[in-house]
Amino acid sequence: MRSLLRVYLLELKCEFLKMFRMPAYVIPTLAFPLMFYLFFGIAFGSKSAVSATKIASYLIATYGAFGVIGASLFGFGVSVAVERGQGWLLVKRATPMPLSAWFGAKIGMALLFSSIIVACLSFLGIFLGGVHFAPAVWPLLFVALVGGALPFCALGLMIGYFAGPNSAPAIVNMVYLPMSFLSGLWIPIEFMPKFLQTIAPMLPPFHLAQLALIVIGAAKGSAVVHILALLGFKVLFLVLATVAYRRDEGKVYG
Amino acid sequence: MNTPAELNGVTKRFGSTVALDNVSFTIRTGELVALLGPNGAGKTTAVRLLLGLTRLDAGAARVFRLDPRQPRNRVRTGAMLQVGRVPETLRVGEHIELFSSYYPNPLPRPEIMDVAGLRGLEHRLFGELSGGRKQRLLFALAICGNPDLLVLDEPTVGLDVDARRGIWEEIRRFVAKGGAVLLTTHYLQEADSLADRIIVIDRGRIIAEGTPAEIKTRVSGKRIRCSTALPAEQLTALPFVTNVTRDGAIVEVLTSNSEAVVRELLARDRSLSNLEVTSAGLEEAFLTLTKEVA
Repeated sequence: MRSLLRVYLLELKCEFLKMFRMPAYVIPTLAFPLMFYLFFGIAFGSKSAVSATKIASYLIATYGAFGVIGASLFGFGVSVAVERGQGWLLVKRATPMPLSAWFGAKIGMALLFSSIIVACLSFLGIFLGGVHFAPAVWPLLFVALVGGALPFCALGLMIGYFAGPNSAPAIVNMVYLPMSFLSGLWIPIEFMPKFLQTIAPMLPPFHLAQLALIVIGAAKGSAVVHILALLGFKVLFLVLATVAYRRDEGKVYG
Repeated sequence: MNTPAELNGVTKRFGSTVALDNVSFTIRTGELVALLGPNGAGKTTAVRLLLGLTRLDAGAARVFRLDPRQPRNRVRTGAMLQVGRVPETLRVGEHIELFSSYYPNPLPRPEIMDVAGLRGLEHRLFGELSGGRKQRLLFALAICGNPDLLVLDEPTVGLDVDARRGIWEEIRRFVAKGGAVLLTTHYLQEADSLADRIIVIDRGRIIAEGTPAEIKTRVSGKRIRCSTALPAEQLTALPFVTNVTRDGAIVEVLTSNSEAVVRELLARDRSLSNLEVTSAGLEEAFLTLTKEVA
């Protein structure tokens, strides 16, 4: 029992170190949300004195969602596609490693990295943006954003099992960036054309952003609706990921 | 009696192609068996079956009498597979620590580093290692669980002579301590110098089995080497010629009757030079064997 726990922990440690030492992962997932937040949330916000802290607060929620989604999509999508496509997964599967340790480490890594992103954004917001939330709001925001990584892990897993190792980074970007923009993660959804506002609810990042905004009191509506929407997307992506997984298993291990 | 590895009447199809057709063999304790065959012969399929990575259509694959499809039944097996890339941003020591954790009785870390010839490189990132050392790390991952059976799929492909000999040395030591090995290789010299027994497969069937010496005596032929302007098609058409390969001006002819072929060559090409006749080695045996079946 203890040795099994050790496998899970070591697998997580290695997954984390592996990704953390990869600039191709760390820069888009960690540096971009922080940089965007500094530009748009803090540098821009301070010009318009009226609502500077309001902007800094609002964008913590949306760039938090942006960061979490990136960490999950890249951490799962690209690494699954690469390890699967280049034979590394095959080497590990020839050992007694339980497959759940491999999946578990990737989920753990996505959650851990998401936590780092949200924590860094919060620090920037508090110390540079003058953001002030009630003490109960911070942990709630943290849980909402980091927990919101899970549907995107499922989406990443699906991409990782459908895409090849070379096309996966491009596919992830093609999904990640337009979806983030259209969901109002960069520019608040209210400033977008009406037409785009009506299609946003069909995109999963919209619901994560709205959930985070409701938590900090920057949006109205029911949190439950968005939680249910995220759960629905998670189930949908998991079903599709399972189809992709089965198809791959049949081809490689059949 | 403990049998480290066994395929019993195994048939495996991929769609309409038969990868293995009723193949049976066993690997005994302290024995190194080399699996030889042209590309697509079914070597990789056999390896994957013993590692539990592939389902079979008929027959049984067993390691230590257990089904390798169950991960827990693979604790006595170590494997070295051909991989395109491995995580390059992990250190040598981290890779070994992780793989060691999969096994109940792993070798002590210093011993793994010594056996794999990686001492002092624990803190190197995998991506910084030379090709030979990368291969040595993959070997270290295969032996770290203190296995009794090693399955090595082309373990020295792409290595220079020194690195290759280093790995051979370790494989020999493993067998000398009573380990069992299944080795697939493209290098016939590798099979010749390491194997206790060679199994030749072609198109999913075993076509020959025996010690390297036995396999070599299956062909009584000779190899003729010379520089000649004669076109390969003409040489192939000569009686007693089994195979012709040309490398620039140098031609190699395999034949069951060297005297007759040499006489013919000299008669046809007066400028022929560098003539050399040697006994057929494993390579010739292999070519002849796979050709006989064709």
